Amino acid sequence: MSKHHIRVTINGTVYESDVDSRTLLVHWLRDDLRLTGTHIGCDTTSCGACTIIVDGKATKSCTMFAVQADERELMTIEGLEQNNELHPIQEGFYQKHGLQCGFCTPGMMMTSVALLKRNPHPSEQEIRVGISGNLCRCTGYVNIIKAVQYAAEKMEAAKQVPVAEGGD
Amino acid sequence: MATEVPKFKHGLGESYKRKEDARFIRGQGNYVDDVQLPGMLYGDIVRSPYAHALITSIDISAALQVPGVVAVITGKDLEAAGLAWMPTLSADMEAVLAVERVHFQMQEVAFVVATSRYAAADGVAMVDVDYEPLQVVVDPWKALEPDAPLLRPDKKEKQPTNQIYHWETGDREGTDATFTDAETNGVVIKQDMYIPRIHPAPIETCGCVADYNRVTGKLTAWITSQAPHVHRTLFAMVAGLPEHRIRIISPDVGGGFGNKVPIYPGYVCAVVASIKTGKPVKWIEDRTENIGSTGFARDYHIHAELAADKDGTVKALRVHTLADHGAFDAAAQPTKFPAGLFHICTGSYDFKQAFVEVDAVHTNKAPGGIAYRCSFRVTEASYLIERMMDTLAHDLGKDAAELRLQNFIQPEAFPYRSALDWTYDSGNYEAALRLAMKNIDYEGLRREQLEKRARGELMGIGISSFTEIVGAGPGKHFDIAGIQMFDSCEVRVHPTGKVLARIGVQTQGQGHETTFAQIIAAELGLSPDDVDVEHGDTDTAPYGLGTYASRSTPVGGAATALAARKVRDKAKKIAAYLLEVHEEDLEWEPGRFYVKGVLGKGMTIQELALAAYTRCPPFLEPGLEAVNYYDPPNLTYPFGSYICVVDLDRGTGQVHIRRFMAVDDCGTVINPMVVEGQIHGGLTQGLAPALYEELSYDELGNIQGGNFQDYLVPTAMETPNWEIDRTVTPSPHHPIGAKGIGESPTVGAPQAIVNAVVDALAHLGVRHIDIPITPWKVWKILQEHGLTTD
Repeated sequence: MSKHHIRVTINGTVYESDVDSRTLLVHWLRDDLRLTGTHIGCDTTSCGACTIIVDGKATKSCTMFAVQADERELMTIEGLEQNNELHPIQEGFYQKHGLQCGFCTPGMMMTSVALLKRNPHPSEQEIRVGISGNLCRCTGYVNIIKAVQYAAEKMEAAKQVPVAEGGD
Repeated sequence: MATEVPKFKHGLGESYKRKEDARFIRGQGNYVDDVQLPGMLYGDIVRSPYAHALITSIDISAALQVPGVVAVITGKDLEAAGLAWMPTLSADMEAVLAVERVHFQMQEVAFVVATSRYAAADGVAMVDVDYEPLQVVVDPWKALEPDAPLLRPDKKEKQPTNQIYHWETGDREGTDATFTDAETNGVVIKQDMYIPRIHPAPIETCGCVADYNRVTGKLTAWITSQAPHVHRTLFAMVAGLPEHRIRIISPDVGGGFGNKVPIYPGYVCAVVASIKTGKPVKWIEDRTENIGSTGFARDYHIHAELAADKDGTVKALRVHTLADHGAFDAAAQPTKFPAGLFHICTGSYDFKQAFVEVDAVHTNKAPGGIAYRCSFRVTEASYLIERMMDTLAHDLGKDAAELRLQNFIQPEAFPYRSALDWTYDSGNYEAALRLAMKNIDYEGLRREQLEKRARGELMGIGISSFTEIVGAGPGKHFDIAGIQMFDSCEVRVHPTGKVLARIGVQTQGQGHETTFAQIIAAELGLSPDDVDVEHGDTDTAPYGLGTYASRSTPVGGAATALAARKVRDKAKKIAAYLLEVHEEDLEWEPGRFYVKGVLGKGMTIQELALAAYTRCPPFLEPGLEAVNYYDPPNLTYPFGSYICVVDLDRGTGQVHIRRFMAVDDCGTVINPMVVEGQIHGGLTQGLAPALYEELSYDELGNIQGGNFQDYLVPTAMETPNWEIDRTVTPSPHHPIGAKGIGESPTVGAPQAIVNAVVDALAHLGVRHIDIPITPWKVWKILQEHGLTTD
């Protein structure tokens, strides 16, 4: 099996690696780089637990090969907290009880971060549409929506652009 | 002894933020698939494509040539070790790896061990299995026919047909007599209803990492387990390993909902592979494997009959159910109750007579029969009675709320002994229903419905006034695999007054690290910040039966409160000694004992903790720790009333849930925020089977919809904004009056939705629609009545 040398920036750190053609990005992140905050919940690109941000866009990392991440900028759940300060979306999930078992949470937060970057003032319906590619079995989504609204308000108050240093 | 604990102070009753969130919001949770050990191998399973076939040969030679493949384990290998079959939680035997015959599609046939996930999957593809297909039985009624093929010849001595059991309870003659009378003098209604097979599908699938140390003989297994201690004991019994050398760790678990109660073949194979290779072995199933092979729920074909007076006063209930248990009877429920708590089916109503019988059969479908976020078949029970009450109201031309109010068990009747021999602890059903009606303006909705109906618009209102039954034991009646259903807590107060508690129940998202800390904090007058709660490690936690059937707070929570009270009792003895007074001269206020009438003379719990280690009275053992094993005197009976309002789209048949008002009563509330979250999630798992989820099979036993593209778990787009409220009727026998909440909404919600949809169509003569109520089912009804629009 052919190997490919890849160079990927993840959460501001450059990682270089030789990967098999078929290695899924999510497995490379989790098994090789030990960034285990990104989860796997299905085999059909349906659940969104593996969502990360690739070049500013929410992306299901189970449906990308690691080799496709070559020379791109990634952000995972581990990159949200900066200088010991929680990202507003992390605060929102904590304050609004937007998580229970925590398994869908990283993907849900990364999707929300990308959503808020695209649309800093989403309506409730826009949030529902925005997170509809992410399944949660615990919360009924009610408090996830409140968490995203909390983050939107907090970011508005701080007058700062969300996400992804290194995003587009 | 000071017994009065002031409520709503020091954490109890407060929306204290969750302790476990700190790691989850940072991606620092530790789930089974996050465990990576040096030299770890990966297992993957060869599964049967056939639902029923003989295995004529298994050739593993090509698989062993695959780079990275280390070993291939077959059923014959396990048979040699006496491990090809394992006992289920319902006294049946289940194949770990099939030896001669496969009984359902996706059944485990061989286990490939390799150096990576990918190599293991390559190996699976190269295992060559020859099958000789046999006649498949998917319909449970056909399984009962005399000429049906015997699906389990392995146990034909014990069970010569496909029928697993017949079980009945209640007074058959008395019930029949009441029905005979009602046929002349009252009213009898009958209804068939099917609650289809569904799957809990937690977002984390099942898996394990088994690490057997050949030198010490110790097996450490990280397992997605809702009941780690029970799993440890079963591993000891089945595999013959000494129990003190088995350590089960159930780390962070990504949702359970019943799916993670049983032991699955993959766990056993990983353990065997670790013993065989001397290396840690990880096995993580994918979603298709999870839905296709692990514990399903429901699959009950119900025929219900209800006898009532002409004025609508209910008299008797008669139920026959055919339960499809699949290939192996692996239902996870108390041994003495093969149909679980299904005979709670008289619900919230004062029936004088009832009789229930259940026949269970084998078919060529995956084994299971676990709960889907409910307490041992209470969802099936509640669904049938709430559907029957609506049907009775419809047939009598009565309002559905009025009929319920007429028949509720009255508040003064508690403790209430039901016709099927349950003793309900406490309840006030009318208060809950009236609150829901007021909150949603029930009268106004009924007026609106009439107006809309006149305009040809289809709007329905559905009620569900359910009674839950949770918190098993008591141990004399309830056991899992023989082990009594108690639970436990160990409280250690350190010299500086900080607390480490360990509990026998196991969180899968319910928030025990937070709410159990609040219980202890309330009992000891501490801040919950000073109490850490651990669980899920059998080497450290006291023995417990685990978390399912909403038993954590009713049983584990009680053990926790009582362990803390033992600590407080000891602290009181220390206080009396050091303050030089009799114990009865001491008063407790949260966090402190003081001498009666001398407010300034006292000692805080922190001071007493330090004293326990530094100047303990000579007549006491030093230290400040306690453990409690709690065997509850009764179950708890949470309840509630839900009202759902739907609008039907005449163009598409789609059901739009406009409003859903849920009034729950779970007794004393420990953390309103957590309770609210549990209700939101539970309601969504009630919505799911009502409108979306079904695990169906074609006539060859092929699974239809075994992944998340086809098995419709509701997204944020389908889920309405739940409106919730509560009444509080404490449990009289629980130390803090709590009843449990995690599953009530899943139990209560489906029938509220179905009742609403049927109500919207009732004027067309529609009496019942089986779930899931898909747009196609509604559209067909509309089309039959010429009501579809473009």
